Amino acid sequence: MADRLFVQGNEAVAWGAVSAGCEAFFGYPITPQNEITEWFAREFPRMGRVFLQSQSETGSINMLHGAAACGVRAMTSTSGPGWGLMQEGMSNLANAELPCVVVLVQRGGPGAGTTRHAQMDYASATHGGGAGGYRNIVLAPASVQELHDFMPLAFHLADKYRNPVVVLSDAILGQMAEPLERKQLEFEPLPPKDWAVLGKAHHADGKRRGISIGQGFIPNPDFPTYLSFIDHLDKKTKQMRQDEVRFEALNVESARLILVAYGSMARACQGAMEMARAEGLDVGMLRPITLWPFPSQAIRRNIREGVQFLVVEDSLGQMVEDVETAVGERAPVHFLGMLARHEPREMGMIFPDRILEKIKEICRK
Amino acid sequence: MTDIGVKKELVAGRPDLWLRMENNPIPSCPGCHEPTAMRAILEALEELDAVGDAVMVVGVGCSFAFQSMVDLDYLVCAHGRPPDGASAVKRVLKGDHVVFTIQGDGDCIAIGAGALINAAARAEKITIFMLNNANYGTTGGQLAPTTPLGHVTSTTPGGRTPAHGYPVRVPELLATFQGVAYTARGAMNSPANYQKTKGYIKKAFAAQRVSLGLSFVEMLCACPPNWHMTPLDSLKWLEQTVIPQFPLGEFKDVQGASGKTQEATR
Amino acid sequence: MNGESREGLALFGGVLGVPPKALKSPLPASRERGDTGGERTSDHMQRQLVAGRPDAWMRLEFNPIPTCPGCQEPTATRAVLDVLEEMGMEGEAILVPGVGCHSLIPFMLDLDHVMSAHGRPPDLASAIKRVLGRGAADRALPLVFTLQGDGDCIAIGAGSLVNAAARSENITVLMLNNVNYGTTGGQMSPTTPLGHATSTTPGGRTPDYGYPVRVPEMLATFQGVAYAARGAVNTPANYQKTRAYIKKAFQTQMAGRGLSMVEVLCSCPPDWHMTPLNSLKWIEAHIIPQFPLGEFKGP
Ligand SMILES: Cc1ncc(C[n+]2csc(CCOP(=O)(O)OP(=O)(O)O)c2C)c(N)n1
Ligand code: SF4
Ligand code: SF4
Ligand SMILES: [Mg+2]
Repeated sequence: MADRLFVQGNEAVAWGAVSAGCEAFFGYPITPQNEITEWFAREFPRMGRVFLQSQSETGSINMLHGAAACGVRAMTSTSGPGWGLMQEGMSNLANAELPCVVVLVQRGGPGAGTTRHAQMDYASATHGGGAGGYRNIVLAPASVQELHDFMPLAFHLADKYRNPVVVLSDAILGQMAEPLERKQLEFEPLPPKDWAVLGKAHHADGKRRGISIGQGFIPNPDFPTYLSFIDHLDKKTKQMRQDEVRFEALNVESARLILVAYGSMARACQGAMEMARAEGLDVGMLRPITLWPFPSQAIRRNIREGVQFLVVEDSLGQMVEDVETAVGERAPVHFLGMLARHEPREMGMIFPDRILEKIKEICRK
Repeated sequence: MTDIGVKKELVAGRPDLWLRMENNPIPSCPGCHEPTAMRAILEALEELDAVGDAVMVVGVGCSFAFQSMVDLDYLVCAHGRPPDGASAVKRVLKGDHVVFTIQGDGDCIAIGAGALINAAARAEKITIFMLNNANYGTTGGQLAPTTPLGHVTSTTPGGRTPAHGYPVRVPELLATFQGVAYTARGAMNSPANYQKTKGYIKKAFAAQRVSLGLSFVEMLCACPPNWHMTPLDSLKWLEQTVIPQFPLGEFKDVQGASGKTQEATR
Repeated sequence: MNGESREGLALFGGVLGVPPKALKSPLPASRERGDTGGERTSDHMQRQLVAGRPDAWMRLEFNPIPTCPGCQEPTATRAVLDVLEEMGMEGEAILVPGVGCHSLIPFMLDLDHVMSAHGRPPDLASAIKRVLGRGAADRALPLVFTLQGDGDCIAIGAGSLVNAAARSENITVLMLNNVNYGTTGGQMSPTTPLGHATSTTPGGRTPDYGYPVRVPEMLATFQGVAYAARGAVNTPANYQKTRAYIKKAFQTQMAGRGLSMVEVLCSCPPDWHMTPLNSLKWIEAHIIPQFPLGEFKGP
């Protein structure tokens, strides 16, 4: 197998999952993630791994639940409408403490919306939509290479915290092709999954294993009461907030204007930043890689006299609320959203020159 | 354990798989048949020597409670989704596992109809047990797709009429699917029916063991508190009103299944 | 494979956009519906003179038929319109399309309609009927029917369908079965015949993924289902028979007898990777043998 490939983002997801040792994939057709499901349909049976097409996204997420309970690395992928149907399942996976990965290739909403790009699932991906009380890490790749590399990372974090992880892609990233270097990534060793359900005869100690979605409600030795379970979730959440924040900072130390963007919009912003710097404007960029936990500290660290922020999102503004929360009243936060697309139909895009225009408008004031 | 519990055990024995719980040996209501049905399943597993390879997939309903009472590997799924979870468990474990769901009628054919139908369409090699108490027991006895005509529930206070549709007969329905190997309906209201039902359960497991396709057993269960009857009256009502609308017996037993079943039962 | 998936078209904006696989319109910008005179291209005039066309087909400015060449979903829909016209029921009809290529169709039809989420038309139709129908005993009108694909109807929508049947809803379910997910690029659906290659079963469907579901046969087992049939539109004779099934289904609903359902086998040339003509042959030779035509329950 070639170490270097030229592939679409959706295919890179699949290669990343393979290098992570993913054993099972469950999916339902939906644009713009079809290439992912179709890749697994083609390749997994040949590799002796499990592919199963579900009857709905409700089916997909519950199949994921079953597979994860058996201790294998398993995943699904979907887009907005399917993600909506998966919310109940996400909440159950969090209660059951089952590690797995969901790749969410965003398209335009609300409702059936469009099948083209948008970044409108930030809020539901980072703040959850099922029965509340849980959090999950959300990774936001911004290149084909990262779509690949974040899959092993996502599986690792899922296993480490026994919690689902979301990889938030979008139609632009999924459909665009770039060079990909296939490499094996190294992570710290993880404890064996001796909680996995296999049949009583298959455990060294001969004792039964059980996975419940009623932890805290139905008492078990680990969590005899509801609050003992909630306390456990709280500790897990705090540890994720403390240890797992990831971001990329470019030229932020001295910048007077800091762009904040993730995923495909980070690519447009990077272009705009370079154009602005070529014109002598002191512009930097902060790209959250974990959308949850959000790099609020990194933003706060860069608040100094005269600094301003510009958030660019292909939506009407979702992440901007997290930036505003981090900044508070201490600096101005500007926003450029999907109404700045170059044309009004669903294929319109926010191009770097439009962002540059906005940068100049802010700097001129 | 109270004295009464011990005495019961002496008279009838009980499967090793029932765990002894300190406070609450059986969390269901007096006269409930769901533990009886669970017991039949456990006896069948013991008799088939399939305990170590069994994985039980629990739905949401009164049978939810069995997760803490049964000494088997288990997985609890969202309401209605055990066929999805069980399909994945079976395909991922790849071994000779016996994977079965235990679901109520609402779980199985109301909220879970899509999951069930499509597991049948995919010919999943799993066994589905539907405990049919003709209503939503856990939530206080509302209309379910399997409520018989005329039956009073908290959402059909005047009794079910055809305006609410007709009771669904799931084994008959599933029998039309090419990927379904075995379907039957039993009841828990008499020792004879109990024994017959246990025979169905064994055949269903056997069909799974030889990978014939999906197998399904419905078990009619009394739910005295929600039927607003004494346990004894519930038995009579089951006999007189429920069974006539839900005939007992086998509805599908694919060619050769019985022969193979017998081999596999040994 | 499919940057070319048609799913975008299933959405309102897409109808006016330029569809990747759709027919280029031979029609000039048109006029109000029901106008039978005036200027048209000779091509169109001839077609209309020979076969007529139901008034309920609207003339859209840019894109009169937004489906692929050789697609039979419009053909099946036309059979529905013929029946409505024959019964004089266009004014009483409420159409509930699901999500799939069939969701393009209501934009071309001069009928009241409510688009639903993927797989959920039976839920919406049940509510529409119960809200607008006059009481439990007299639920003859309006004539509420769904228009769904096979994936919409029996994969993601299986739970809704089965429970509408269990409740004996007095609605009509029309399932256009092209044995795959047409819109998203031809993946396996529960009705894909064994051996048929799709983008998620590249080597052909095997029993490891189960067997094709026969929906009318399955629904026929429900006490609350009054009529169930399967037709095709691959020949004029089958088209006429299918028309008769649809009419019976509507009559069943108007008599208040319970749920009625007609499946219509439709070709989907691009996703089957066949010419329109070969698709017709393929229906005859490979699909009809696995999906027998006829009535499975009825008066
Ligand atoms: C919840 C949800 N999941 C997935 C989709 C994507 N989707 C749109 S159309 C379609 C397939 C429809 O297939 P079918 O019902 O067979 O109709 P056809 O296109 O073949 O006519 C899918 C999966 C969606 N819109 N919503
Ligand atoms: S409510 Fe009915 S089904 Fe539930 S435990 Fe009580 S008797 Fe059994
Ligand atoms: S059903 Fe098939 S042929 Fe018809 S419009 Fe859809 S993709 Fe095209
Ligand atoms: Mg279809």
